Amino acid sequence: MTYIRPTFRHPNLPKNKINYTRKDYEGALSTLCAGCGHDSISGAIIQACFELAIEPHRLAKMSGIGCSSKTPAYFLGNSHGFNSVHGRMPSVATGAYLANRDLVYFGVSGDGDTASIGMGQFVHAIRRNLNMVYIVMNNGCYGLTKGQDSATADAGSVSKAGSTNMFNAIDLVGLGLELGATFVARSFSGDKTQLIPLIKAAMSHPGFALIDVISPCVTFNNNTGSTKSYDYVREHIEATSTIDFVPTMEEITTSYEEGDSKEVTLHDGSILNLQKLNQGWNPEDKLSAMIALQNAKSKGEILTGLIYIEPNTQSLHEVLGTCQTPLNALKEDILCPGIDALEALNQSLR
Amino acid sequence: MEPTNVNDPEYYHKVVDCQYACPAHTPVPEYIRLIAAERYTEAYMINWESNVFPGVLGRTCDRPCEPACRRGRVEEEPVAICRLKRVAADNKGNIKNLIPKAPEKGNGKKVALIGAGPASLTVARDLAPIGYEIHVFDEQIKGGGMMRSQIPSFRLPEHVLDEEVNNILDMGIHTHFKTYVSSLKDVLAKDYDAVFIGTGAPRGRDLADLPGRKEGAANIHIGIEWLASVAFEHTNKIGKNVIVLGGGNTAMDCCRTSRRLGGENVKVVVRSPFTEMKASPWEKEDAMHEDIPILDNHVPKSFVVEDGQLKGMTFEKVHAVYDEKGKRSLLPTGEAHVFIEADDVLVAIGQENSFPWIERDLGIEFDKWEMPKVDAVTFQSTNPKVFFGGDAALGPKNVITAVAQGHQGAISIDLFCQGKSLNDRPSPYTNLVSQKMGIHEWSYDSVVATDHRFVVAQADKAVTLKDRKKEVELGFNKLEGFKEAQRCLNCDAQTVFTENRCIECDACMDICPTSCITFTVNGTEEDLRTRLMAPALNLDQELLVSGTLATGRVMVKDEDVCLHCGLCAERCPTSAWDMQKFFYNVTKAHHGCQTATA
Repeated sequence: MTYIRPTFRHPNLPKNKINYTRKDYEGALSTLCAGCGHDSISGAIIQACFELAIEPHRLAKMSGIGCSSKTPAYFLGNSHGFNSVHGRMPSVATGAYLANRDLVYFGVSGDGDTASIGMGQFVHAIRRNLNMVYIVMNNGCYGLTKGQDSATADAGSVSKAGSTNMFNAIDLVGLGLELGATFVARSFSGDKTQLIPLIKAAMSHPGFALIDVISPCVTFNNNTGSTKSYDYVREHIEATSTIDFVPTMEEITTSYEEGDSKEVTLHDGSILNLQKLNQGWNPEDKLSAMIALQNAKSKGEILTGLIYIEPNTQSLHEVLGTCQTPLNALKEDILCPGIDALEALNQSLR
Repeated sequence: MEPTNVNDPEYYHKVVDCQYACPAHTPVPEYIRLIAAERYTEAYMINWESNVFPGVLGRTCDRPCEPACRRGRVEEEPVAICRLKRVAADNKGNIKNLIPKAPEKGNGKKVALIGAGPASLTVARDLAPIGYEIHVFDEQIKGGGMMRSQIPSFRLPEHVLDEEVNNILDMGIHTHFKTYVSSLKDVLAKDYDAVFIGTGAPRGRDLADLPGRKEGAANIHIGIEWLASVAFEHTNKIGKNVIVLGGGNTAMDCCRTSRRLGGENVKVVVRSPFTEMKASPWEKEDAMHEDIPILDNHVPKSFVVEDGQLKGMTFEKVHAVYDEKGKRSLLPTGEAHVFIEADDVLVAIGQENSFPWIERDLGIEFDKWEMPKVDAVTFQSTNPKVFFGGDAALGPKNVITAVAQGHQGAISIDLFCQGKSLNDRPSPYTNLVSQKMGIHEWSYDSVVATDHRFVVAQADKAVTLKDRKKEVELGFNKLEGFKEAQRCLNCDAQTVFTENRCIECDACMDICPTSCITFTVNGTEEDLRTRLMAPALNLDQELLVSGTLATGRVMVKDEDVCLHCGLCAERCPTSAWDMQKFFYNVTKAHHGCQTATA
């Protein structure tokens, strides 16, 4: 009987720049169903943080309620975390982000947590352009309550019990674009070669980065007729481009042909190398992104990869012009400059 | 890479590192699990089937399995496989009725075995139950060969050896002890259908040309002869100051025996550096524990004899130098020669084969080193009727190798006596069965224990050094045996992958604690080994490669440090991974015959 992961690791595990191995980014053993797409996304997050050499204590995981929102327990066990109320993760994340702008914020949510109960919170987090990664583990059903259709289930998708979904799906990517999200992407839990560079790019992006990850629910939504099953997604997937993330200061060693490729330089100097571009699509042109999205939808394809990016965006702190130092690092003499400063202020308001 | 052919029984066999490394291919994890379940008799019988002398080997084996143990690659120390074998032997129940008997009516064939050591006794064990009339010849008063004459009683109590030798002799073997065979021609002239020669490597090397060797002869002894003389109680004392020359296990036995026969100031002196000595590390430790210093890098120069009495020896100090090919030479350091005082010197610098009793006109060809030409698979000599096994066949090795060769010799003799081709060897018996009991449950204990290797307790030195027959090692008790058994990773619980069930959810890759599993695009082996979750640098270990999956990728598993924890199979939603127990047993002559007669 094994609910315990052995403590032994591969003796030749690769080490990153700060001398950590993947083990230092692991969390507790998952209690999700065997084969859950969410576990695969956790694996991609671990790998991305390892490759970016994030110091675990410089990262905060935020989540709400649901299978998806349990996952922060299963990765980055040495990082900060806050498991909030259902659908209320964006509010908690906003507060945390305003109090301490030095951390990397990693929001994990599900289709119910984002597109139903948390919709009102989600849209404002986008509008305010919080500097955070917002991953939606999107399986189109309520796995925790035995697989009822969620708001992202496609019309016509057949559930495991055999009933057909009658309502149109909320497309979180389309919604994100419409609301002005500055980094929008879609991916698939079964395609780590795409997901890992996307997560790394999202973490390097200075504003709100939405990644809608289709993540099949093996237990309740992996049946024939479902549009969120491993097989269906693999058959209908279409990528905007291939993605290669090149961190700051790293030399680019591969060369690409002109015309079919594009380089996007991110705010921190790292570079996204996009290859085999979709026709007419330019990741920095919102209109072309919307067209590409609609084109794919009309063809019954699932468009994945980077959809839209606005590399030099201004996050909430910059818009508000807030203090550079996190609140917990401000000394008493700054927070309370004394009677003379107060007098001077009062005088200036006379 | 092409998909791995797991239908070849050697693929999964190789994954069970210990069993693969064992010359007799004893099913190690199988008997270790039985020990953990307190089923000692069954554990013993699995050993008995494979290696014939579990009680002896559980104390004295050279342990080729332990350096191979996977545990040694994920942690510091391998499982104490050898000493667990002893736990089975120490706690077993009555096995008399489990041992096959010779049939009342024989098959009419007669086989002579020359020498009653482990190789010959193995042949007897395999052939007697299928009706062969076995005649064993040995010059000593009891069977056991080198196991009796070379291994001191403080490592191997006589009753343990007697019991296991007698289990075989009781099968109706005709014994001719105290009978020195002085002519093979005479043996061949008799009506034997086959002759098996298991006479070991009986001649100890000497330093005949060293100055003073003749003058000091009364106090200079050949190690293996001296040990035999002690074992058969012809020798019961030695001088206070003793030098043992040599760095092998015989030297360790000589020095420790000397300490028990009156040697107070016993030193081992060896030419090579300490780390390159042939002796097993644990035997060196045991010698040093008994206050015996080991002086390395000392080359013997002369025996010093005054007035006909040995006074000691002189040595030249050297250091090891290696050329580009790694070949070692010992160069003098230039320091003055060292004199070491000694009343007696034991020369244990190796042993050789010697066949003065084999006439050279019997059709048995010998090579330039005076070794018979023996087929390394069939153990047949150039005289088809004559077979060799053990140290006599391919040079000095160890008990477990002798047993393995005895099994093969028995198969050959059986085939030969039936007029069949010796190259038509029986296939191994294999079996592969799923261990799944439930979602998180396997029929083996899949949790990986984190305990470090347990140490075998020893009897008090004050007692053991006074009594040559007092066994030093106490062996694991049942609880220690259980805990040590739990360290076994159950490498025979194979990770079996069925590619047409895989939906490529990556769950196995994400959960694997030791990063063994990777889904990636195919490539050459050299290329794939660099592209895995962790680089596969151990080239001795295979990659398990699947056929092409739906997305065009392949599954690649590096077998190197797999913990056989079963997590890949537990996290697999479609049972594409399954833990299946692989049982591999080398077929013995008595099985071969059963199928032949059926």
